[in-house]
Amino acid sequence: MSDTQTAPPAVSAVDAPHRELPWRSALRWESGLVIVLIATLIFAGTQSSDFFTQSTMFYIGLNMGEIAIMALPLTLIVMTGEIDLSVASMLGLAGTIMGYLFEHHWNIYLAMAAALVVGAVGGALNGALITRLGLPSIAVTIGTLTLFRGLAEVILGNSTVGGYPLSLTKIGVVPIQGTQISYSVAIFLGLAVICAIVLHATPLGRSIFAIGLQSEAAHFAGIRVGRIKFWLYVLSGVLCALAGILFTLKNASARFDAGTGLELNVVAIVLLGGVSIFGGRGSIVGVVLSVVIVGCLQQALTQMHVDAQVQNIVLGGLLLVSVIVPNGGEAIRRIRARTRRRVPA
Amino acid sequence: MTVITAPLVRRMFRAEGLLRARELGIVVAIVVVFVATTINNHAFADAHSVQQLLTGASLIALLAVGETLVIVTRNVDLSVGSVVGLSAYVVGDVFVKHPHTPAFVGFVIGTLIGAVVGVINGLITTIARVPSLVVTLASLYIVRGIDARIVNGKRIDPVNVPRPFTEVGYKTVLGIPWLAVIVALVVLIVGYAMRTFRSARDLYAIGSNPEAAALAGVPAGRRIVSAFTISGALAGFGGALFLAEFATVDATGGTGYELSVIAAVVVGGVAIFGGSGTVFGAALGALLLNTINQALVASRISSFWNQAVAGALLLAAIAFDRWVGLRVARRMQTAEGAHRDV
Amino acid sequence: MPAVHELAEPRLVLEQATKSFGSVRALVDGSVTLYPGEVHALLGENGAGKSTLVKILAGVHQADSGRLLLGGEPVSFTGPAESRAAGVSIIYQEPTLFPDLTVAENIFVGRQPRKSGRRIDQGQMRRAAAEAFARLGVELDPGRPARGLSVADQQIVEIAKAISFNANVIVMDEPTAALTTVEVARLFDVTRALRSHGAAVLFISHRLEEVFAICQRVTVMRDGKFVRTAPIDELTVDDIIRAMVGRDLDELFPKSESSPAEVALQVSRLSRAGVFDDVSFSVRRGEIVALAGLVGAGRSEVARAAFGIDRRDAGEVHVDGKALPNGSPRAAMAAGVAFVPEDRRQQGLVMDMSIDHNVALPSLSRLRKGGLIRRSAERRLANDWAGRLQLRYGRMSSAVSTLSGGNQQKVVLAKWLARKPSVLIIDEPTRGIDVSTKAEVHRLLDRLVADGVAVLMISSELPEVLGMADRVLVLREGKLVAELSRAEATEDSIMRAATGQAAGVAS
Repeated sequence: MSDTQTAPPAVSAVDAPHRELPWRSALRWESGLVIVLIATLIFAGTQSSDFFTQSTMFYIGLNMGEIAIMALPLTLIVMTGEIDLSVASMLGLAGTIMGYLFEHHWNIYLAMAAALVVGAVGGALNGALITRLGLPSIAVTIGTLTLFRGLAEVILGNSTVGGYPLSLTKIGVVPIQGTQISYSVAIFLGLAVICAIVLHATPLGRSIFAIGLQSEAAHFAGIRVGRIKFWLYVLSGVLCALAGILFTLKNASARFDAGTGLELNVVAIVLLGGVSIFGGRGSIVGVVLSVVIVGCLQQALTQMHVDAQVQNIVLGGLLLVSVIVPNGGEAIRRIRARTRRRVPA
Repeated sequence: MTVITAPLVRRMFRAEGLLRARELGIVVAIVVVFVATTINNHAFADAHSVQQLLTGASLIALLAVGETLVIVTRNVDLSVGSVVGLSAYVVGDVFVKHPHTPAFVGFVIGTLIGAVVGVINGLITTIARVPSLVVTLASLYIVRGIDARIVNGKRIDPVNVPRPFTEVGYKTVLGIPWLAVIVALVVLIVGYAMRTFRSARDLYAIGSNPEAAALAGVPAGRRIVSAFTISGALAGFGGALFLAEFATVDATGGTGYELSVIAAVVVGGVAIFGGSGTVFGAALGALLLNTINQALVASRISSFWNQAVAGALLLAAIAFDRWVGLRVARRMQTAEGAHRDV
Repeated sequence: MPAVHELAEPRLVLEQATKSFGSVRALVDGSVTLYPGEVHALLGENGAGKSTLVKILAGVHQADSGRLLLGGEPVSFTGPAESRAAGVSIIYQEPTLFPDLTVAENIFVGRQPRKSGRRIDQGQMRRAAAEAFARLGVELDPGRPARGLSVADQQIVEIAKAISFNANVIVMDEPTAALTTVEVARLFDVTRALRSHGAAVLFISHRLEEVFAICQRVTVMRDGKFVRTAPIDELTVDDIIRAMVGRDLDELFPKSESSPAEVALQVSRLSRAGVFDDVSFSVRRGEIVALAGLVGAGRSEVARAAFGIDRRDAGEVHVDGKALPNGSPRAAMAAGVAFVPEDRRQQGLVMDMSIDHNVALPSLSRLRKGGLIRRSAERRLANDWAGRLQLRYGRMSSAVSTLSGGNQQKVVLAKWLARKPSVLIIDEPTRGIDVSTKAEVHRLLDRLVADGVAVLMISSELPEVLGMADRVLVLREGKLVAELSRAEATEDSIMRAATGQAAGVAS
């Protein structure tokens, strides 16, 4: 029996319900998200008197900024049929590195650069194991998730590092002058525009779609599947490191366990944004909408004094509904067909 | 002598032997780590220390058994950690409200809670054809949220938990902790069942080749729901054990367990694409990871290294399994090639 | 073995079955009669309706009309499980085993023998498997995992499975496609064992010498219809080919004269361990070179290694004198090579992508301006080629999965021809395509070589090879064993070289 040369996609595509063209399904999903967003805003406005105030947008941005930045490369990775669960751990490791170096009297900007380099190296490790050795991305990134977090723990232990220049930590306190946009959101939006252009209008983006839909055919068409996936993981590492830098400066403190557990939030947001876990489908606009929806929802619930953990019910429910509803019609049809067949002719 | 042992050894290394070479490898690794650490620090082999090794691994090993069933079918269950937390608190709450509840009822309640979550996971995965990664990610959130709602800032304290219940958590029999004995029993029973019952073999068929399984008439939907139900039930049971072991539960119980469980399962030789692997291996994987953790502490390497080592080990295990698979495939290919010249 | 069929009752009779899928009429008159103890060949070109007929016997499809009689009784299968239970087993070309289960478990999946307490009786299962193998006259270890078994061994396991179901009708769909000569001989021994046990065997194959070696009766189909059935002794190869094709060979592929120029593709001592060894040949501009041989000889593999899809272990590939680096399809494309692969659906097209995106996929870097894809240029390219190849489609933005096989192949061709290649490697150019599109493809290839393109063609259809090729290279078990000019190439000479035998396969 032939052994596969590369690992199968992160999720088995045996029952992948691919009926529509990628762009058509994306459009439908985005329309759905817009409706959900409007519903969320109505809900937020009516349930919380504080929602439509000046600083709300700033606080939402503050909370979501780093997660949103991590969601962008993850979107691209998931679209090629892979996954990266190490995102939040890289956030922690990068922040840790920056803090550690800063504590040892490195120039803050050099420390940040070093953190980005660490991000690239970590991403390259993921990429090499997955593309060169052909190991399954879900297992590898669970391993690197643990490894990166562990390295952060080794470096910083239980201590925290603070004392960053105020000119930098202000990103956690004030928005960009004259607006209610937090610095992290601004960076996110800039990156989102770039990602959207690349994904939807360049040969690289078209290749990403092709790899996710049918990687063998992509290979036969001369697309360098392995190389693209490798560099996407490096990109993920770098952007997660960036998120880690922002997270640390926002909180004015570096700790090894920064961002623990966030990876699942990021995955949930990407999936909610209409990116198919099987690959080949999705859009950046959908992910941006998803970020906004989740951000508004969480802000509203917090203002309604709903416990952060309890808010998880809403996130989980939203995720579930978003994947069941498209399949729901099909499922009902299938059940009806099965019961019809059982009736004797 | 060799006439008797050679066939025995050969049986052990075949697919049906009690332990495949892969599981034996883990046993060897555990022994190596144990011996190396004891040389460094004699106290590592003390009764108390060994008991720690066993109890520390018990919960994850138990969850790993259920997770194995699910992963074998090419699915994944990320909700186990949240189920542990919910079950632990609810059982504790029952004891708070009804202090004279017998201990075993507590275990039954915990198991049932887990089973309910498992059934729902399974049904959504099979009927709505949603990938299990997404379903169990969602249920991880939802269950955690429900748990937080129920806990509402409160906490279960040791004083709330009846003695007969917590005794399970710390008592020993012949020096072996009850916790470890119970989990070992579960491992043995489930492990045996996985080899001797048709429905269990169906799980392997589904994971090995889903199309062929459908053609052969294997009821994939039913089997997958069963796998998730058992995984949930064991996680629920694990929640009760959690309560028995720690006697303290708040809204964070069990958080993050799912990743440790998957790590244990992968280190234990269960293929992440399904179709192969045993619960023995998964449980041994949990034991190996815990042994390494404790070994680091005993060698006075700071416990800060635990995660890093676990991560590296996980990557090494995945790479090793892949390397072995490629070697086997290449040997088959060249053998076939040579055959062609005849 | 004396023919017993005149005395026995037919085991299975299919009468005038029809089956349509939407507007495609796959089967117009499917009829075949199988007698116990007899191997019955089902012949026909691609698209003749053989696989639809088999699927009806298997219970995968239900016929729209017609009758199916098993042992004299009319039956209608609603699923594969029913047909299997009724004694009909299909051995598919690609066996689907469970790699992680043992051989014995593969045979008995879902119905393992049990002992007390509903536990599986491993010993009994292994014994039953060994018994099945003994009945077939082969030796296979029931306890070994199925992973790593050769295709030939996998087939044996499938046949053993069929026996364990007490199958009395066994359908073999192109069983020898991927086997070596030794494995084919073993399969024939097994088939004879099945015959002696009274099973009725339906044998589907393209290889006429095998049909003459093992079968007692032949049914020929063409364009979804039953054409002719007769005992094998009453037929010659010509009779069969005429029934399959409906015309004499010479009329089929009118090919214009070619004048080959300089060498465009040079393959030297190409090797891949266990697959092919020391293959060297050249293709000139303006000529069509065909790679012929039995399936499994390594033809597609040679082509893939030349293009760079697979890495080669030794040897070199030169295009217009320049060497190609190992394992880089991109480099080959840059040098002007195009590759139309064998498997349209998995390798040739991204099925869920639109027609225009598929056509543009290998040419994206040329359609770029300032890093972005010029949509207008992309659309123009797709429309242009759709017109040239007379593609029949609804909308350019529909997914290619909505097209028929022939039109899908045209999209694959469009996608590669849009690059204006100097070398075109094409693997099974007309597989699974209707007859009229086939002719269009052949005319297209003809025009290409007239324009100076060098074409390397792989084909399992001998009439196509004989009609189109200027030179025929024959591969056998990974080695280049013959090079025949257009004049020297006949069905006979090619088949002899491909099977490595002097005077046909001995019975």
